[in-house]
Amino acid sequence: MRIASRFRGLLAGFAVLAASAGLAAAQDYPTRPITMIVPFAAGGPTDVIARIVSENMSKTLGQTIVIENVVGAGGTTGATRAMRAAPDGYTIIMGHMGTHAASVALYPNLAYKPDADFEPIGLVAGTPILILAKKDFPAKDLKEFVAYVKANADKLNLAHAGVGSVSFTTCLLLNSLLNVKPTSIPYQGTGPSMNALVAGQVDYMCDQIVNAVPQIKGGTIKAYAIGTAERNPSPPDVPTTKEAGLPEFQASAWNALFAPKGTPKPVLDKLSAALDKALNDEGVRKRLLDLGSDIPGPDRRGQAALASLVKSEIAKWSPIIKASGAAN
Amino acid sequence: MYELFGNLAYGLDVVIDLVPWTFSLFGATFTIPVPVNILLCLLGALVGTLIGVLPGIGPIATIAMLLPITFGLPPVGALIMLAGIYYGAMYGGSTTAILVNIPGEAASVVTTLDGFQMAKQGRAGPALSIAAIGSFFAGCVATLVIAAAAAPLTSIALLFGPAEYFSLMVLGLIFAVVLASGSILKALAMIVLGLLLSMVGSDLETGASRMAFNLPELADGIGFVVVAMGVFGFAEILRNLEHTQDRTLVQSKVTGLMPTKKDLVDSTPAILRGTILGSALGILPGGGTVIAAFAAYTLEKKLSKYPKKFGTGVIEGVAAPESANNAASQTSFIPLLTLGIPPNAVMALMVGAMTIHGIVPGPQVMTKQPDLFWGMIASMWIGNMMLVVINLPLVGIWVRLLRVPYRHLYPMILIFCVIGVYSVNNSPVDVIMTAVFAIVGYWLMKHNFEPAPMLLGFVLGPLMEENLRRAMLIARGDPTVFVTRPISAGLLALALALLVISVLPMIRKRRDEVFVE
Repeated sequence: MRIASRFRGLLAGFAVLAASAGLAAAQDYPTRPITMIVPFAAGGPTDVIARIVSENMSKTLGQTIVIENVVGAGGTTGATRAMRAAPDGYTIIMGHMGTHAASVALYPNLAYKPDADFEPIGLVAGTPILILAKKDFPAKDLKEFVAYVKANADKLNLAHAGVGSVSFTTCLLLNSLLNVKPTSIPYQGTGPSMNALVAGQVDYMCDQIVNAVPQIKGGTIKAYAIGTAERNPSPPDVPTTKEAGLPEFQASAWNALFAPKGTPKPVLDKLSAALDKALNDEGVRKRLLDLGSDIPGPDRRGQAALASLVKSEIAKWSPIIKASGAAN
Repeated sequence: MYELFGNLAYGLDVVIDLVPWTFSLFGATFTIPVPVNILLCLLGALVGTLIGVLPGIGPIATIAMLLPITFGLPPVGALIMLAGIYYGAMYGGSTTAILVNIPGEAASVVTTLDGFQMAKQGRAGPALSIAAIGSFFAGCVATLVIAAAAAPLTSIALLFGPAEYFSLMVLGLIFAVVLASGSILKALAMIVLGLLLSMVGSDLETGASRMAFNLPELADGIGFVVVAMGVFGFAEILRNLEHTQDRTLVQSKVTGLMPTKKDLVDSTPAILRGTILGSALGILPGGGTVIAAFAAYTLEKKLSKYPKKFGTGVIEGVAAPESANNAASQTSFIPLLTLGIPPNAVMALMVGAMTIHGIVPGPQVMTKQPDLFWGMIASMWIGNMMLVVINLPLVGIWVRLLRVPYRHLYPMILIFCVIGVYSVNNSPVDVIMTAVFAIVGYWLMKHNFEPAPMLLGFVLGPLMEENLRRAMLIARGDPTVFVTRPISAGLLALALALLVISVLPMIRKRRDEVFVE
């Protein structure tokens, strides 16, 4: 008994020591390079955003930020690795609508809880979702599109970039709003699905602005609306869903930074501040806007705003995904 | 025609563009013009070759690793360098295929068949040289094809819907049967095994996990590198350790480095045919380069006066697929350059590189960024020339590698393979799986099953399945779609004809044997 209590005392001592060491470490954080896990392939939309922002953040923090692309299982492989990393601020993750919201319903065996196993750092940027159709789709605006899709749903083919992808989940939202079930044609990634739309092999799809703008400008596909509150300067002629008459379709593939659960608060604050600074930087803003990204205003930034975004997004996507029956 | 040369000249101008570089030395300031883009092209081709030569690191892994390095460069230079890395790595992949029987990527699987046999006979030098010469020629022709006909060819690629792709994959699998040198039955068994292995992972349509045994590592399927390293590289090492005599024979027999006159005469028509096939098939997104290499090999075997010798170290068996896959890898830029749609994983990385540099790839790149478009095309030609310049002298070094005592060589190959496999996904499980495939591959080798048809089945399987399901979904379950669409019907007819030609003689022969008994 006595031995045990002494042992406990020793343990407590160690704990205090460790905590104070941790605090000291947090104060002069960062002292070595930081790894930012990007759960998608190099060169993809999330990767590009991560690289633009991390470049500026590393200047502020005075340490290099190394990007590690850990791909697989719709980004959940990378998110799982980040969740299991040491919570010291030296491993952070560029999470995404898929990894930190839609995954909950898509993967019942998910190794992590997006809202409980991570510390939010802040929202980075979103890529708005557009409602797109093939070049000769017989509708001139969103109203006609909605009417046509409702009337001909069983004849229409919808393309998406694979179960769990952004184009898949966001079009589930569109279909549930229109109350239609067209035939879904799965493709491996946004490249092949866009190819099929350009070739006219499928009728419509939902996709991120980065992939769609060149085709819209080239006149090879039609864009009916953008699922954001305001018009985007990249395709300025495309109306918002609110203007075009389907205000419920609000969709943006958001990207946000997270740290593993238990990362000290001072470390998180330093990271949040560095991110905030990056999002205010003229150069960063210009590059993000060129991609068609949606940069969050001050009210949507920071840890608390991201925490509530994750909760609301899980609540938004889970019922739609569960109703579609797409869960493995 | 005039316009074409004007454009190419403009492209060359972009590549040769001299950038004044000012530096001070001993207090004085000097300004010298530096052809930055050419240097970047050379650097890309060199780095690509060197990394591609490491077994297990193919072009995708190479570009993914080196992509960040190019972020600090001007966009045109960065893309020229990336393109250089791409075809450099494609080329490097065939070096390992010939020397140590390890295909660096799917398109060089077929190069192992005759290339490695040539190396075993001490003819690695001629095999490597012919691969370099064939690739160079094919690259030059494909560059002209892109420059002259990129836009009209794009519309052909768009004609290919799911039904057409499915039929093309069927044709591809028939190639796998034809190229088998041993028993047809065993080849079929291997193709089916390859198809089954390719089914592991998430179901395309429902996302449900198939044959993954609840292992998260299998959720995305088994990687090509894992299978290729296992059944080719590791299994080959196991087999070599068993027959130590074979190796000493190889080492003593290394003869001339350059191809003989006969080699050149034999490979010229093969290179020409391979180039044409490759240029045509490369336009198709997806398995274009792989199918091109197999198709070229099959064609040579069918046209050859000595088809039985294929697989025992025939130079045409190296020349044709190497030309074809290089031509195809070049023309696979067409959908990217004209539509802005990446046809394969490497091109997807290139799109990423473009967007990072603020270039939005799309139908308007050609008109809005002519320096990029024509610069890249011209750089391909220069890059191919650089590859020859880099690789012909290297042939001697590679061949000398074979003289290294095997007890020193094989641990090195193993280490590089393990690093290569690990680096693709940073996953230790992949390394363990490679070891499992090594044992499987060794068993197969012992029982005279050829791994190449299995690998082809494995590569084409997902494309075949996806397109079959897409075609059926779009046709609402009507299977006649494959024969009512003309291109699809044509491809299926070709597949059937090929099957009949290759199977008939065997049936006849077997009947003869039966009668003899």
